[in-house]
Amino acid sequence: MTKQARHTKTKRYGMVIDLDRCTGCGACMVACYAENNVPFRKDESDKMLSLNWLRVFKVDNGKPFPDTEICYIPKPCMQCDGRHMEGHSPCVSVCPAVATDYDEPTGVVSQIYTRCFGCRYCMAACPYHARKFNWWDPVWPADMEKYLNPDVSARMRGVVEKCSFCYHRYQKARDSAYVEGRDEIAENEYQPACAEACPTRAITFGDLLNPEHEVYELSRSKKAFRLLEKLKTNPKVYYLTAKNWVRRKADNYLEGESPADRKPAHKAETASH
Amino acid sequence: MKIDRRCFLSLVIGGAVGTTLTPVPWKLTDDIAIWTQNWPWTPTPEKGPSVYKKSVCTLCNGGCGINVRTVKGQAKTIAGQADYPVNRGSLCPMGISATQHLYGPSRIQSPMKRTGDRGQGKWEKISWAEAISTVSEKLAELRSRKKPHTVACIAESDRGTVPYLLQRFLTAYGSPNFIRTPSSFDAQEQALYLTQGKHGTIGYDLANAEFILSFGCALMDGWGTPGQMLSASADFKQKNKLVQVEPRLSDTAALASQWVAAKPGTEAALALGLAHVIVRDNLYNKDFVDNYAFGFEAWEDENGTVHQGYKSLLKQYPPKKVAGITGIDKGTIESLARKFSRAKHSVAICGRGSGMVPGGMDEALAVFALNALVGNINQPGGVTAIPEPDYWPEMQRDKTASNGMQQPRVDGAESDRFPNTRYLLNRVPEAINSAKDESPIQALLVAGGNPLYTMADTETAKKAFDKIPFIASFSTYMDETAQYADILLPNHHFLERYEDVPTPAGTPTRVIGLTRPVVETRHDTRHIGDTLINIAGSLGGFIENAFPWGNYEEFLKQTLAGQWDSLEKQGYWVDPEFMPPAWEEAFQTPSGKYEFYPSQRSNPSGKDADALPGFRQVELPGVQEKMPLTLMPYASARIAGGAVANPPFMTKTVDADVIRDGDVFVEINPKTAKEHDFSEGDAAVLKTPAGKARVRIHLFEGLMPGLVAMPVGLGHAAFSDYIAGKGANVNALLTDVTDPGSGLNAGWGSRASLVKA
Repeated sequence: MTKQARHTKTKRYGMVIDLDRCTGCGACMVACYAENNVPFRKDESDKMLSLNWLRVFKVDNGKPFPDTEICYIPKPCMQCDGRHMEGHSPCVSVCPAVATDYDEPTGVVSQIYTRCFGCRYCMAACPYHARKFNWWDPVWPADMEKYLNPDVSARMRGVVEKCSFCYHRYQKARDSAYVEGRDEIAENEYQPACAEACPTRAITFGDLLNPEHEVYELSRSKKAFRLLEKLKTNPKVYYLTAKNWVRRKADNYLEGESPADRKPAHKAETASH
Repeated sequence: MKIDRRCFLSLVIGGAVGTTLTPVPWKLTDDIAIWTQNWPWTPTPEKGPSVYKKSVCTLCNGGCGINVRTVKGQAKTIAGQADYPVNRGSLCPMGISATQHLYGPSRIQSPMKRTGDRGQGKWEKISWAEAISTVSEKLAELRSRKKPHTVACIAESDRGTVPYLLQRFLTAYGSPNFIRTPSSFDAQEQALYLTQGKHGTIGYDLANAEFILSFGCALMDGWGTPGQMLSASADFKQKNKLVQVEPRLSDTAALASQWVAAKPGTEAALALGLAHVIVRDNLYNKDFVDNYAFGFEAWEDENGTVHQGYKSLLKQYPPKKVAGITGIDKGTIESLARKFSRAKHSVAICGRGSGMVPGGMDEALAVFALNALVGNINQPGGVTAIPEPDYWPEMQRDKTASNGMQQPRVDGAESDRFPNTRYLLNRVPEAINSAKDESPIQALLVAGGNPLYTMADTETAKKAFDKIPFIASFSTYMDETAQYADILLPNHHFLERYEDVPTPAGTPTRVIGLTRPVVETRHDTRHIGDTLINIAGSLGGFIENAFPWGNYEEFLKQTLAGQWDSLEKQGYWVDPEFMPPAWEEAFQTPSGKYEFYPSQRSNPSGKDADALPGFRQVELPGVQEKMPLTLMPYASARIAGGAVANPPFMTKTVDADVIRDGDVFVEINPKTAKEHDFSEGDAAVLKTPAGKARVRIHLFEGLMPGLVAMPVGLGHAAFSDYIAGKGANVNALLTDVTDPGSGLNAGWGSRASLVKA
């Protein structure tokens, strides 16, 4: 081999979702399902058994008409980093099969279907309900298998699945960078399907440690917060909003406690690499 | 046998050793592992290089440019085409999930004829030769009986080569009954004609507008071109330029800098109230109104009769009165009017919801007048008429055809009663159901749309369809209308065919997009253009001569020869010469000016009050005592409300408080719930004069008390098991309310009652 693998900088890929921009259209969800071969059932109105990697929730401020406000919260896997950015994510710690693991170079929490034997501890541990279980073998009726994305393996019954930040897209980008003799990939070379599809450009994706990436500034903004921060799961999915009531919805606040009093959300700089 | 200690121990130990040594438990464990995780059965898609192909989505009339990723000839994922001038890279969820319909079980795979009763779903495969001869024999028979005018054709659009071929076919054959499916653009295009004297597509330059006043348009949920609106949303938000008038806190209202919750159906009154303030305070554009407009002041006709002008009409709409009608306080009306007239480029837009229902002409004209008052016609950030395509070849027709074309249209459009309306599909059921003898439509060609799902009061429409002896459908999918047809001549899926997509309604530039095959044809389907050429060929004579092309592709390339290079290379063509004309040359009305007093408006009474766009409350069907609530349909970007149903991916995105376990949820305000003793999740029966449906209750503070909001696009009965039987169809609960001058459906809702199930 003429090329040698050189040291590449540690990354912490993360997402910043501007809730004040999101209109709840659902394009991110559908793009995710198509990209990741997410199975569907004959009756998708059966919401108990419907399976997904990304859901967009609608919340309202509870005020009576016409002072009501609504907000949409897209919720992929939070890709938790653990207390000291060492990947001590709730799901990773409990998995007895090392089927879900923390990828040190990127910070992405993986899910390896061939290792998973379906104990679902990870689902119980995940405070975000990001993980879904395949109770049945997926079925693609008619010729629908033809649209399956060859970059993502189809799952089978008995395994847990979740959002991977479209890790296969990272692998592809890294491969082509390697072929071209580059060590690093550019910001736009690796974007997950949801960020790419968002028609309102509410989703921004990149390396939280790289000051040249858009997410670096955004995640450090005063408007940034994360879901259930009190649990210290240290998620890499950030949200932006100017509305205080939305921030209150994102965590369990005590009476008299305000989201504005909280310390800035960002913890990524404490990474020790 | 007596079991002593020694015997017991040897049994236990022997058993344990034996079990460990036999392969049975290990084999069983292995089997269980294999059974729980069926490895070999999971599909492994073929790998290969990705090839990206550009096309245009035709799932709705929006016409967004798309970029399809294919691997080994199969379509994988779809994204917006970044440089496409309409949607600029943004795409709605329906467009993204189009592959599910391409490969899904809803496709009609070959021509078929009905063997059971209508709608029973019993079909027999036939050859294309048989399908074409069946249709042409029926058409030839009607022609020989001198009844060519009893043939009607329904299409979703009247622009572009395919709708043109359909119209050309009917003209050569001898029927005036080409009918476009209804949309809010029926009213807007008519308003354009009445005020500017032009037939064309309406364009709104929302990108350059500084202030947008939307009268209930679901900009974020399907109005106009969904991709275009979604991509513009950040701009609306950041520049605080959108004001939404609507009784429900929709996704658009949530995005707006101001949500004005006017009572439903009072939009015209609000527009008039705003105009009142603008005129009263002299805030209007004097240059435009004085020099390029007609009927603002009182005017005298050639007989010397003095007519009332728009200005004096406005005197009847002082803010106090309008506040009473709309429920919006006086101060808001005053400040809104000032904001509208002071912003540099203000535009008012109409078309309730995703624009599926035309709405009344008063409303469209009142909203148009606001744009004229601020002079925002053919200006940046304003309203422009985009000319219709006019590049069609000449043709000749025989006497039968000429006679047929002289006959009145079945739907009453372009008649003395509705002279300015071009299509009135909503009036077809009544025309058929009230006919004394045989149905005035003897053969129906459904070449687009899905009227048996999208029309108001679908049961009555179905009854009318029952009386049509021959229905042919060209649908790609087994939709509700195809299921009710006698013969199916399936068109290719849009990812398998060529078609041109002219300027979508609402777009302010003149563009043509090219839909083109990105995958090979999967089934024994045929392009509708080719099918028409085949039918014309088999009818012979003048009809055959009117279709001298070998196939559709040849016709398309010939027609768009000037644009073809650009279409082929970029996937679109933008008219480099198109410039909105200056005010001096812009108007082709009888007065040559913009008409505040629409002199061409159908006005049998002859009263000025009926010609001017005043506020007349639309009487909703039903008796208020029995039906105290008001049903209002709402659009959602996650539910396809048009002809083509939600694929499973879309239904997956819909929240559990909109649809769950086959039931649709209707929204009501908690106050309304308290009055009627409902709580969250209760099952109920929703009744309207048109029908009833089983629903469940969702409490939503963002809805005006007294209203019941139901999503459009659920409750399909056809397509496939993956789509049918989820929720209820709101269209079946609505009734057509005829707008007096235009005949268009002005019914924005219905009276309703909710009873616990």
